[in-house]
Amino acid sequence: MDKIARIDMGAAGGPKVTVGDLGQYAGLGGRAMTSLMVAAEVHPLAHALGAENKLVISPGMLSGTTGSMTGRLSVGCKSPLTGTIKESNAGGQAAQVLARLGYAAVVLEGKPEGDDLYKIVINKDGIQVIADNSLKLMDNYPLVAKLRQEYGDKVAYMTIGSAGERKLLAASIACTDPELRPTRHCGRGGVGAVMGAKRVKAIIIDDAGMKMRPPKDPEKYRDANRKFVEGLRKHPVTGEGLPAYGTNVLTNVLNEAGGYPTNNFKSGQFAESASLSGETQAALEIQRGGSATHGCHRGCVIQCSGIYNDKDGNYVTKQPEYETVWSHGGHCGISNLDTVARLDYMDDNIGVDTIEMGVTIGVAMDAGLAEFGDDAAAIRLMEEVEKGTPLGRILGSGAAITGKVFGVERVPVVKDQALPAYDPRAIQGIGVTYATTTQGADHTAGYAIATNILKVGGDVDPLKTEGQIELSRNLQIATAAIDSTGMCLFIAFAIMDQPETFQALLDMLGSFNGITMTGDDVVALGKKVLSAERDFNTRAGFNKHHDRLPRFFYNEPIAPHNQTFMMKDEELDEVFNW
Amino acid sequence: MNITVKLFASFRTGRFEIESRDYPPGTSVADVADSLKLPRHELGIMMINSRHVKLDRLLAEGDTLALFPLLGGG
Ligand code: SF4
Repeated sequence: MDKIARIDMGAAGGPKVTVGDLGQYAGLGGRAMTSLMVAAEVHPLAHALGAENKLVISPGMLSGTTGSMTGRLSVGCKSPLTGTIKESNAGGQAAQVLARLGYAAVVLEGKPEGDDLYKIVINKDGIQVIADNSLKLMDNYPLVAKLRQEYGDKVAYMTIGSAGERKLLAASIACTDPELRPTRHCGRGGVGAVMGAKRVKAIIIDDAGMKMRPPKDPEKYRDANRKFVEGLRKHPVTGEGLPAYGTNVLTNVLNEAGGYPTNNFKSGQFAESASLSGETQAALEIQRGGSATHGCHRGCVIQCSGIYNDKDGNYVTKQPEYETVWSHGGHCGISNLDTVARLDYMDDNIGVDTIEMGVTIGVAMDAGLAEFGDDAAAIRLMEEVEKGTPLGRILGSGAAITGKVFGVERVPVVKDQALPAYDPRAIQGIGVTYATTTQGADHTAGYAIATNILKVGGDVDPLKTEGQIELSRNLQIATAAIDSTGMCLFIAFAIMDQPETFQALLDMLGSFNGITMTGDDVVALGKKVLSAERDFNTRAGFNKHHDRLPRFFYNEPIAPHNQTFMMKDEELDEVFNW
Repeated sequence: MNITVKLFASFRTGRFEIESRDYPPGTSVADVADSLKLPRHELGIMMINSRHVKLDRLLAEGDTLALFPLLGGG
């Protein structure tokens, strides 16, 4: 990864590609690359859909190597949904392939005049930008099928569906999995709308003729990777729970703990949660000839995903994640996994974030557009998004917009991004992360659920305020670093509990570059990323008063614990004081 | 005393999902786990009435005890 490609989509005479060296970004990858570049180069007051915004696509520092778990991709920009800086992270094949081609970043800049639509082909011979209006308003599954006829099956595709072209604020960027399904999405923050604004419909990445990236110290790297994989296989979460049940194993856990937001955050428990559970889902997947264990990219040894078939054994979608099963399920009072799977497919196909869309439908239900628990109505609302009707465009612009348009008071967003599947009144630690992360409400930014609920990597009482600030701070720092390595965040379960597995990760990072990496170096990297993101947000007009939850979390206690969010404002303001 | 025991994920294999069971007063979470032949080192999340508890916690009449192996997700 020794070069950066910049594609000026607005250049006079048509899009122009410039490939340069790394300069000030040497050594960076993933979130470190996207956030440092956006912070340095994008005007903080830029319109997110304007020519001044940039879409930075970056494989992680270890992507494209023989290291396991290294296939995560970061996409960064100023978010049209939140107005903050954004890093949206996905699996799929793109990161590995892009890294092997030597690109530490591909940056989409400017904005073309006119309404031509473009595809970008990246291979060993360079980068071509080609107008292709035959792709207009195609959704992801048919789009990838069409592109495969031309570019084949040995490439990775990054695409936007109709939602991205329409610049809807929930629009995602799809990355294909090893079997070329457009199922792994940079979902959060409307990154698909930024790609759509630049009129880029598809990026086709072909690493034919390229080799794995070589480590500086191959023997040490191989050895560290072996120990790392051993550690992942040994830990019960990464070695057994995630492969067998996927992330949706959390439905029963969160429901039992009273932190499962139900019917738009009106209760912490859902009476019908058992029918949505990971246990039920995995059994159904196996029974229908799908699979409960599948990797989103080659080289993943955890394999938390799966394949969801219908009752006749036909493919419907990849295994819906816990967040999706919640947002389209319990959050909307829906308890049918087939409905959830259908909605997950529609999200992937149209190209929208499953969390934002599900939460929005729940807010729409609260507004009276449909009844909670009405499966058919939820699908009808998604069809509006698919068709791009005025109602569909409102819904596709997320929970905050929908709540405003329909006069809903209980709108679960921070910085206009929808809250994920954990109620901050029953789990104070995750509320700290939702409130303070640079990204708008986001669970992955500092996954306090691990220590609050799952008792992995420590034990902090979810119903108390003690210890939550420090916990969220440390997790946010560690996450910013892991998101830069290209490693899937789920490695955290093993490295938090097993010092030797954390050491193996450090040794992988070190031996790849022929240096020694320490825990302090990782912390320093995480802080550097967060500081750049915070700085951007400050210049974009955000201050401490934005680092708060919506008032109803402070005013309305939730069953079964009958608690509110109790963290004090002054405490929240301490998260980034290090 | 009457205790509702709920098991999850791999703990269900060869056991049950939910059962109402009788235990003598003074029974702890560890005693219940032992009675179900759940290896203690595999116990990840233990909750009584939706609150996390430790192995030595004593049960009371009418309690609901939920036992999970170590799990993760997100
Ligand atoms: S653990 Fe899951 S999300 Fe992470 S890389 Fe593997 S399949 Fe993808």
